[in-house]
Amino acid sequence: MDSTQARMAAFLHASQPEVLQRWTEAASASSGNRVPAAELRRELEEIYALVLRLITGADDSAAGELRAVLAEFSRARARRGLTPSETALSIFSLKDAVYALVADAAEMVPEYLVFAGTVDDLGLQTFESFVAAREQVIADQAESMLELSTPVVRLWDGIIAVPLVGTLDSARTQLVMEKLLDSLVATEAEHAVIDITGVPTVDTEVAQHLLKTVQAARLMGAECTITGIRPQIAHTIVSLGIEFGDVLTKQTLADGLRYALDRCGLKVVPA
Amino acid sequence: MERVPILRIGSTLLVSIQIDLQDQSVQQLQEDLAEQIVATAANGVIIDITAVEIVDSFIGRMLSTIGSMSRLFGARTILVGMRPAVAITLVELGLSLEGVQTALNTEKGLRLLAGGA
Repeated sequence: MDSTQARMAAFLHASQPEVLQRWTEAASASSGNRVPAAELRRELEEIYALVLRLITGADDSAAGELRAVLAEFSRARARRGLTPSETALSIFSLKDAVYALVADAAEMVPEYLVFAGTVDDLGLQTFESFVAAREQVIADQAESMLELSTPVVRLWDGIIAVPLVGTLDSARTQLVMEKLLDSLVATEAEHAVIDITGVPTVDTEVAQHLLKTVQAARLMGAECTITGIRPQIAHTIVSLGIEFGDVLTKQTLADGLRYALDRCGLKVVPA
Repeated sequence: MERVPILRIGSTLLVSIQIDLQDQSVQQLQEDLAEQIVATAANGVIIDITAVEIVDSFIGRMLSTIGSMSRLFGARTILVGMRPAVAITLVELGLSLEGVQTALNTEKGLRLLAGGA
């Protein structure tokens, strides 16, 4: 270990309470006081201790641990909706806190410069983790949106429906297909109604997927009806020359339900 | 080689496939089934594939073949308990098993045979 780092480590160790106090204040201001003071203090103390270990070079695991702690630090901030600049600033403000103390001592300047470089690296690391955390949030949301947008609802004993809303692409149709087939097993439903009222466009690919879903349901022993084909879509389907073959289609979800009830031997009568 | 057992319930034959099907056991099953249908004068065959997790085009074709074969003896074939993944695979393979009736489970399959629907 070279002497510059040793002296800096000794200095940081000696002035720990004071630096931490200043750092917490600065970090709190830079994050707009959105993180509870006690929590911030605890996080910064942890980071400070690890920075000390890193600088003294006492053990090799400090760098790895510090990276993990920083990643968690920025993930927590990403969840609280802080900007990446605010997060990085919280780390950078450690430089200010230390500088305020070394400003009077001219002989500490080289040590300080090395230390500032280290802190800059740490700040950049939080930035990286922050972006990664945000990306993860977006990916999770996209996935849950996919889940949300394809509910399988039970209309009656033995009759389930899948109301499709929004554009259908291969990934989504695949999901619909799997969910529908799984629900057929789970609910032992013999009839399924796929309602495409909310689907703006149907092209050959989507039609193909729908047909496959209907065929797969048939193979499993259930009957599938497609309802809610809008006039434009009917026009497109015919113009494209898509063969719906023996797939049963009905005008509205209500017609589909009526048909399914009929097939179950049930009848709706006025009370 | 493992053999697939064929059980008789009244005038219905129940085939429950519980093993990983090899080409040879499939061949054997077809022969056994044809013999059994004639011997028992069965009018319905239920093939339970609940335990089948993997299918290929060969097994897909075997299922159709059994269907057409039983029809020659005047027996109806009902395929029950197909798993979603298997159904998707068969559709992707372009096998829609025309001429074979399907039901969600054995109970529904038996009811379908009894109801004559």
